[in-house]
Amino acid sequence: MSKSLNSLTIAEARDGLRKGEFTASELTGACLTAIDGADALGAFVHKTPDIAREQATAADARLAKGDAPDLCGIPLGIKDLFCTKGVPGQAASNILAGFLPEYESTVTSKLFGAGAVMLGKLNMDEFAMGSSNESSCYGPAVNPWRSDDRELTPGGSSGGSASAVAADLCLGATGTDTGGSIRQPAAFTGIVGLKPTYGRVSRWGIVAYASSLDQAGPMAKTVRDTAIFLQAMAGHDAKDSTSADIPVPDFEAALTGDIRGKKIGIPREYRADGMPAEIAALWAKGADMLRDAGAEIVDISLPHTQYALPAYYVIAPAEASSNLARYDGVRYGHRAKLSQGDGITEMYEKTRAEGFGAEVKRRIMIGTYVLSAGFYDAYYNRARKVRALIKRDFDQVFAGGVDAILTPTTPSAAFGLGEMASADPVQMYLNDVFTVTVNLAGLPGISVPVGLDSQGLPLGLQLIGRPWEEAALLNHAYVLEKAAGFVAKPGKWW
Amino acid sequence: MSIDVDTARRVAKLARIRVDESDLPALADELNGIVTFMEQLNAVNVDGVEPMTGVTPMRLKRREDVVTDGNMPERILKNAPDAREGFFAVPKVVE
Repeated sequence: MSKSLNSLTIAEARDGLRKGEFTASELTGACLTAIDGADALGAFVHKTPDIAREQATAADARLAKGDAPDLCGIPLGIKDLFCTKGVPGQAASNILAGFLPEYESTVTSKLFGAGAVMLGKLNMDEFAMGSSNESSCYGPAVNPWRSDDRELTPGGSSGGSASAVAADLCLGATGTDTGGSIRQPAAFTGIVGLKPTYGRVSRWGIVAYASSLDQAGPMAKTVRDTAIFLQAMAGHDAKDSTSADIPVPDFEAALTGDIRGKKIGIPREYRADGMPAEIAALWAKGADMLRDAGAEIVDISLPHTQYALPAYYVIAPAEASSNLARYDGVRYGHRAKLSQGDGITEMYEKTRAEGFGAEVKRRIMIGTYVLSAGFYDAYYNRARKVRALIKRDFDQVFAGGVDAILTPTTPSAAFGLGEMASADPVQMYLNDVFTVTVNLAGLPGISVPVGLDSQGLPLGLQLIGRPWEEAALLNHAYVLEKAAGFVAKPGKWW
Repeated sequence: MSIDVDTARRVAKLARIRVDESDLPALADELNGIVTFMEQLNAVNVDGVEPMTGVTPMRLKRREDVVTDGNMPERILKNAPDAREGFFAVPKVVE
């Protein structure tokens, strides 16, 4: 094989491991070397080479016995939001400095149970609040793609995951998506990212941001890899009361490449004013690709689309203000140094002021405000009603026979780190304009790399599926991927 | 509705986040920008719409009311900034 081992896809590595062309230890070694040479990307924030080598050795023993699961011996990166026993996990926040989880998240237990190898923890926006990875306590992750000498964002919040996969530091990475945090970084880095239906993947052991919106999912190099990876993450978990007790289909087997007769909706409300011509052209090209594959393209309406972002920015901060109340300096993480006479209230206030970054504080306070007496109905309840209407829009479209919806993933290609620093927070929130509706409605969505912009930066398209139909969604994405033939890789500068 | 310095101070207090008096005007401005953005929701007719509580129409699972875990105080306290004699320690709460 001419490719270096770390640049293999999960499917290629699985097949090569089973044929004995190389060992899991060799594959892991190649990734560890690549990681050590890529500190400039800021993707891995806690490296775990000892765990990786140990898991790889165990995987090799299991492979030698035959009948090893698909992910056996596959080196992955884990977003810092997942608790992994005995390995620092701090959700990219100073308030969790020094936290060593005493337990393992359900997702990582399942992955390691399937023989996957953990290379380390990946950078992200603090508590998954951000779209550029710039709110991280570790400093930003950097996009391996660039068009000039500027450093670009890999997107956020799963920026480290996206950067690591795009730069071939790992074969796949876990992400989480509350408003677009898997799909937007996947689009910015030319990889595939899938947010499953709410409830498909257990949230247990993942640091909570907005519990009614959060969902973990796979980020990988191809649609097939995404299908294999999702298979190992998905399924009911008694420890998460919102995880769905329904069968998980064989996602890889669903990749038939046949979407003849399927109906693909193009929502007219997503044609936002001022959409860059390149994005509009890419979207039209994507629709043509699906039409050429035998799908029927139909114009659809999702009338409440424009209210999705304001509804999200009420609901998510409200839930965050409640979820993040637990960081109080008592049970884990940072506690502020107190002055003579300080009581428990001063301890809370100083600890939280020191431990949280600016964007997290902003969202906690907005959430506190919209939940406070006198404003609960005006903001929070109204937003939840608008959310019901947004979901109803999708329900009606799917009831009308639409199988999947095609949209751009992001309103632009990756922007430069620091370029949004002086913008007001709402400007940054606009990054999620095409992705956030999917979280509000609990639907599965996937971003597929489809082309490069005029500066040579990757652009993605998003497909949105019916609830619980990730298998069909992946097949649509597979057709789009094949038609787009996106094979570009970032030139190595790091 | 707009957020003035007094409201910002009250919100920070409710959120248990210390904000210096000199930073309150800027905080009030920022929060105002976000609240103005949210006020677009006032344009939606929500008459007769039930607030959404969950995206999937499923009944929460129930389980038998039995102890499934426990007896691990050391592990529970292991990450505490200050733990003494099997307890989380905090500054004096009652005068």
